[in-house]
Amino acid sequence: MANVKPKVDAVIVGMGWTGAIMAKELTDAGLNVVVLERGADRDTQPDFAYPKVVDELEGSVHRRYLQSLAQETVTVRHNLTSTAVPYRQMGSFKPGTGVGGAGSHWSGCHFRALPEDFKLRTNVEQRYGASFIPSDMSIQDFPVSYEDLEPHFDHFEYVCGTSGKAGIISGVKQPGGNPFEGSRSREFPLGPNPNYLGAEMFYGAAREMGWDPYPIPASNASAPYVNPYGCQMGPCNACGFCSDYGCLNYSKASPNISILPVLRQRKNFELRTHAQVLKVNLDSDGKKATGVTYLDAQGREVEQQADLVLLCAFSLYNVHLMLLSGIGKPYDPQTGEGTVGRNYSYQNLNRVVLFFNKEVQANQFIGIGGAGTTMDNLNGNQLDNAKAGFVGGGIIWARQPGGGPVRGINVPPGTPNWGTAWKQAASDAFRHSFYFEVQGACMSYKQHYLSLDPTYKDGFGRPLLRINFDWHDNEIKASQFLVGKALEMSKILNPVALAGDAKKPGEHYNITKYQSTHTCGGAIMGSDPKTSALNRYLQSWDVHNVFAIGANAFPQNNGYNPTGMVGALAYWSAKAIREQYLKNPGPLVQA
Amino acid sequence: MFDDDTSAARRDFLRKSLTLIPVVTLASAGFPSGAFAQTPASDVQQSLPAGPGAAAAAGDYTPTFFTPQEWAFLIAACDRLIPSDHVGPGAVELGVPEFLDRHMQTPYANGGIWYMQGPFLEAAPEFGYQGRLNLRETLRVGIKAMDAHCKKTYDGKVFAELSSAQQEDLLKAAESGKLALEDIASKLFFSNLLNEVRNGYFADPSHGGNKNMGAWKMIGYPGMRADYTDWITVRDKPYPLAPVDLSGRRG
Ligand SMILES: Cc1cc2nc3c(=O)[nH]c(=O)nc-3n(C[C@H](O)[C@H](O)[C@H](O)COP(=O)(O)OP(=O)(O)OC[C@H]3O[C@@H](n4cnc5c(N)ncnc54)[C@H](O)[C@@H]3O)c2cc1C
Ligand code: SF4
Repeated sequence: MANVKPKVDAVIVGMGWTGAIMAKELTDAGLNVVVLERGADRDTQPDFAYPKVVDELEGSVHRRYLQSLAQETVTVRHNLTSTAVPYRQMGSFKPGTGVGGAGSHWSGCHFRALPEDFKLRTNVEQRYGASFIPSDMSIQDFPVSYEDLEPHFDHFEYVCGTSGKAGIISGVKQPGGNPFEGSRSREFPLGPNPNYLGAEMFYGAAREMGWDPYPIPASNASAPYVNPYGCQMGPCNACGFCSDYGCLNYSKASPNISILPVLRQRKNFELRTHAQVLKVNLDSDGKKATGVTYLDAQGREVEQQADLVLLCAFSLYNVHLMLLSGIGKPYDPQTGEGTVGRNYSYQNLNRVVLFFNKEVQANQFIGIGGAGTTMDNLNGNQLDNAKAGFVGGGIIWARQPGGGPVRGINVPPGTPNWGTAWKQAASDAFRHSFYFEVQGACMSYKQHYLSLDPTYKDGFGRPLLRINFDWHDNEIKASQFLVGKALEMSKILNPVALAGDAKKPGEHYNITKYQSTHTCGGAIMGSDPKTSALNRYLQSWDVHNVFAIGANAFPQNNGYNPTGMVGALAYWSAKAIREQYLKNPGPLVQA
Repeated sequence: MFDDDTSAARRDFLRKSLTLIPVVTLASAGFPSGAFAQTPASDVQQSLPAGPGAAAAAGDYTPTFFTPQEWAFLIAACDRLIPSDHVGPGAVELGVPEFLDRHMQTPYANGGIWYMQGPFLEAAPEFGYQGRLNLRETLRVGIKAMDAHCKKTYDGKVFAELSSAQQEDLLKAAESGKLALEDIASKLFFSNLLNEVRNGYFADPSHGGNKNMGAWKMIGYPGMRADYTDWITVRDKPYPLAPVDLSGRRG
């Protein structure tokens, strides 16, 4: 029999970005909040302290800061008829664990979606006609607008000390920023970070292409900063151990340094670590959650009762918990019925590497996680999709989160993988090469979805989550188009060698290659309960006291990293809970 | 026993296998061997017996995971994969075999962060490794299979006894997957071996390889400095500082 804990106002599953935001907002509202985090407690001291934290073998091979796959992973298959196999080794995406979640070892690129990204289907239909959208493409409009989220984008950037340059403030263009962005209510909290060589060269080449380069908004502090919660950040020292690593320097915004210092002092907040949530419990008619069941540090089953259950376990695991708990109807790709698991999407990431001679000091060991240069001329409404031949756009950027030799040294195409020739090429390239990346949008399709795996189980005996996903022609065309542009631009810089990895026709999704932890969809927000699992406040249509906060809510993915949007959605949802739900618990939108 | 094209590393190995001095093994003595890895091998010979510290010098490490046969294979393979040459130090002189032996004894090599539950199904390469062997088993089974193949093909000789050219050909055949081995796909074995050799060559010296930060110096990596505030925007000169390692030593 499970040990039953007294009821609290809200239980939150997961202590990453979304968990921290929701805990802050709900404790602000006076609620008693318990957060259950499956991993260990983590903080700058001692977990990210120098020098231990910059051990490349530990960070990038043993993957000390990421989730171990031994207990929990997913399975993957390319089509509806094959048998999925497990994601056995970390590759394509890297979920986090422990306090801070992936938010403690993210890079810091901090974008807002474009206004037109919010009404994607309507926009594409208006511009090119409904027939331009492939019949299996299931893209939808977000049920919120850019204007709805603007205050929350803004607030999250101020919480994170995001360093950047505004392109439009209150409708007025600002020199040096992104001229195509949605209008902002004010300037970024901090100015942009300094440019390393690749980012500087990007400016020149992009302008020659006729584009409008701007600094990537980065939550890696360019100067000392105190956020609205009184949490301090120190300037980033370009340590070069950012992606996959916790910050040694209080410079990269994270739940740990940006929100938790306040939460940890609150009497109405309790954090339980090593608390693995197994499922959400529902009442007898399945319309209301009564709490969650978890395994505590000693492996005992505990039931935590709560009035409100917030799933903040990361997009994939939010969907997993919904499927395991019977919240909403699982999506069926044959009939198109059901919503949980529907519209899984990802990110179309590609890379172009530029090699130079020894006079060019690229110094890729220097790195600032999110900082660099990018441009939006091939994104959103700037791209003529009819001409380009695909739906969705993307960005090209020069970004240098920091490279070290254990993480891998890019060598020119044709170089052997070992022996003297490889040594020579690696030595020549290490300090004299950098890369540009193409980050493309990824559309959603009827056949790309999440479900429970019929074969494989996790360490707790539950079916694993199964990802049904492959590259669609649309994304392959996008990859070829965008990488082609990136190569064209790179040639302006006269590299001695150039490598690009555009996807080839028929190419399949390769789970061994890191392509971002931007796994999106699966429990999407929408205005129709037939085609979305969540309403516009990220509230389950089916179980009104369950909210699922994360990139799972994206109906499809745009060309940006997700977290700026994820954070804004969390604040948006929290506001609705505080201002509407608590007064009158029940569905916030009538189905 | 060996043909006459013996490289420095092979000669070194030969010397050691003849004069193997059973000094205290580091793993059992609990010493962080990297902390003692300063003395070049040649000096060690003269200063022996010098207690446990000396045992960590490149080449003088006594393996506690790999058997002598496996150890001989690894030294030969390391020497082919990252030879000592005009570009920079080789894997053997930088202690990569020691790294491998120690790394195999970590939870990582035991499949600690991999999902290792069955069923183990065959799948396209895009799905990555789907086998049941963990890393240490992959290397062990692979070495055994390689040596068995060599014995059959080369008149009873194991891999370590072949000429450099023969070893290179075999490694190339394994890399491309053309080499048919019993018990393991040669490509899988090769890719794991190469990966681990590179890890040992480039990881912090405290893990057993990259002695004196030799690999970092070769490529110009400042190691664990982790502070480049002053150098982000410098364009006209190479980064001036030599590396430091995790223990704070300068290279
Ligand atoms: C290497 C890397 C680089 C990245 N860089 C960027 C970037 O530059 N820009 C960007 O926008 N995004 C980036 N991301 C993505 C970003 O980290 C995520 O979007 C963000 O952290 C999502 O927040 P979340 O709250 O949904 O999940 P997380 O922050 O991961 O938090 C989820 C938490 O839930 C816990 N949990 C899960 N299941 C359970 C359970 N059953 N019981 C209890 N606890 C559970 C997890 O352990 C984890 O701590 C990056 C990610 C990685 C891995
Ligand atoms: S690059 Fe900057 S923000 Fe990132 S971990 Fe290093 S010091 Fe922190």
